Amino acid sequence: MTTARRAPLPAEIDPTEEIMEIQMGPSHPASHGTIKFNLKLDGEVVVDCDVEVGYLHRAFEKMAEQGTWTQVIPYTDRLNYASPLINNVAYALAVEKLLGIEVPPRCQYIRVIMSEISRLTDHETCLGMAATELGAMTVGFLLNEARELMYDIVEAVTGARLTVTYTRIGGVTNDFPPDVADRIAAALTHTRALIADCDKLLTRNRIFFDRMRAVGVLSQADAISYGVTGPMLRSTGVNYDVRKAYPYSSYDHFEFDVPLGSTGDNYDRFMVRMAEMEQSMRIIEQALRNLPDGPVRISDPRITLPDKRQVYGNIEGLMNHFKLIMEGIKVPRGEVYHAVEGANGELGFFIVSDGSGRPYRVRVRPPCFVAMGALGQMLKGGMIADIVPTFGMLNMIGGECDR
Amino acid sequence: MGLIAPLVPRLQEIFAERIVASHSDCGDETIVIRRDDALDTFRALRDRPEFAFEFLMDETCVDRLGETPRFEVVCHLASLTHGHRLRVKVGIPEEDPVMPSLVPVWKSANWLEREAWDMFGIRFDGHPDLRRILLYDSFVGHPLRKDYPVNKRQPIVSERDPIATDWKFS
Repeated sequence: MTTARRAPLPAEIDPTEEIMEIQMGPSHPASHGTIKFNLKLDGEVVVDCDVEVGYLHRAFEKMAEQGTWTQVIPYTDRLNYASPLINNVAYALAVEKLLGIEVPPRCQYIRVIMSEISRLTDHETCLGMAATELGAMTVGFLLNEARELMYDIVEAVTGARLTVTYTRIGGVTNDFPPDVADRIAAALTHTRALIADCDKLLTRNRIFFDRMRAVGVLSQADAISYGVTGPMLRSTGVNYDVRKAYPYSSYDHFEFDVPLGSTGDNYDRFMVRMAEMEQSMRIIEQALRNLPDGPVRISDPRITLPDKRQVYGNIEGLMNHFKLIMEGIKVPRGEVYHAVEGANGELGFFIVSDGSGRPYRVRVRPPCFVAMGALGQMLKGGMIADIVPTFGMLNMIGGECDR
Repeated sequence: MGLIAPLVPRLQEIFAERIVASHSDCGDETIVIRRDDALDTFRALRDRPEFAFEFLMDETCVDRLGETPRFEVVCHLASLTHGHRLRVKVGIPEEDPVMPSLVPVWKSANWLEREAWDMFGIRFDGHPDLRRILLYDSFVGHPLRKDYPVNKRQPIVSERDPIATDWKFS
C-alpha cells in the first residue's frame, strides 16, 4: 500500500493574524432582540462593529397618520413592550399638551403608579435577561417571578398583561379595582425579597463582577454627544432624569432619589437599574398612600367619551359617542414635543396636528434607538464575549428601536 | 429647574437675521433658522455658554406637502447646564432636499439623520455614512413622505449575499 503524500499547502496566511469579518445575528441565541452585528475581529478582539437595526420595522409613524388620535394608543403599546404603560402615558400627555388640558389629580397619580410598575417590569426584564445570558439563570427566574407579580397587577387594572392600551386622551380607561392597594403592597413586599436575593447572587459575585466591570465603557462626554439618556447616562454620573428635570404628571409630589454611577461601564448600569427599582417602589407607595379621590378622566364632550348610560339612554349621548369615534378628537393646529422618563431614557413624542381629526405626524424619540447609535463605539476594542453583556445592559427593545 | 427666562428674545438678539421665524406655542420655544448657515448656528447654540445645548435629543423631518418649503427638519435641543430646551426648524425645499449634517456637532445626529434620509429622502451634506437604517437597501422611495401611499407594495428583493455585500465600517 502506497502512502499518498499530501501536496504541500500553498503559503497560507496565518489565521491568527488575519482580520476576520463575521456577522453576529440577526437571530442569535445570546441576544434578545433581532439585531445584527457586522464585526471585524482580530482573534477575539472586536476591531470594528457596524450595528444593523430595522428588522422589526412596522411603520409605526406611518400607521399613526392613518387613524384618529385615539387610535394611535394601541400602537404605542407595541413600542417598548417591556413597559407599555409608559408609552401610553407619554403619548397621552403629548396630545393633552397640544389640547391644553390637564387630567384630574387622581388620574395623574394612577398614571404615575402604572408608569413606575412598568419601570419595574422593564428593569426586571433587562437585568433578568442580561444575567441569564451570563449564565446566572437563577436570577433570570427570580426576576421573571418578580415581573409576573407586576404583570398580575397590570392585568387586574387594565385587563391585559402587555397590550394594555390603558390611557385615553384626557384620562385613563377605568379606575383602580377596589383591592388594588393591598395587592400592590403584597406584591412589593415579595418583589423586594426577590430583588434582595438577586442582589446577594450577583452584586458581589466574582464572575459577574469581572464580566461587567470596565466593560462597554462610555465616557460622560460621549454619552452626552450620542444623546444617550436614562440609566446609561446616569451610570456615567450625569444627573439627568426627566422626572426631576421637567416634572410631569405630579412627579414633583414624590420624594425619590436619582441613583448615579461613576464609571459608565456595565456594572454601573446594572447597579443604577437595581437602585432605580427601589426608588420606583418608593414612588408607588407614596402615590398609593396619598391617592386623591375624584374622577379618572376629564369631563369634556369634545375629548372624552360619555358615560355608557348616556350613550344607550339618550340621543345626545349617542351622537356624542358616534362623533368622537368616527371623527375623532379635533386637536388644534400646532406642534408639540413632550418627553417622559422611559425605562431606558427620554421617551419623547413630537406630534404635529393640522387641525383635522387625524394626526399629521407622530414622531417617537426612542431612547434605545439613540443609545444603539453609541453601541458600535462601546464594543470597539472589547472582546467578542463582551458584546452580550454590553448589549444586554443597553436593553434594546426591538419594538421601540425599529418602530 | 425653576423659572427659565424665555430664550427666543435672547436668540433673536444674537442671531438676528439668521432666525426666520419663531414661536413658543404650548410652552415649546421654537425658532426657524436659515439653511445656508445652519451648521454655524447649531454650533453656536452648543458652544455659547449662555445656551450650552449639549444634547441633540431628536432630529427628524416633517413633510408639509403643498407648502413651500415642503420639508422641515426639526431638531430638539436640550441643555443640561441650564435646563432649557429649544426646537430648531430648518425649511428644506422639495427640489433641493439637502441639509447640512449635524454630525460634526453632535454624534447622535449620525443615526437620526440616517433615519431621516431613509424615511424622507433628505440628503445630509457632510454625513460620514448616509445609508438607510430601518429599511433595506433596495427599498424604493421614502415611506414617510406624504405622497407615498400607505398600501404601496415593494418589489420582491433577492436574498442578499452576505459575502458579496460590502459592509461599511465607521
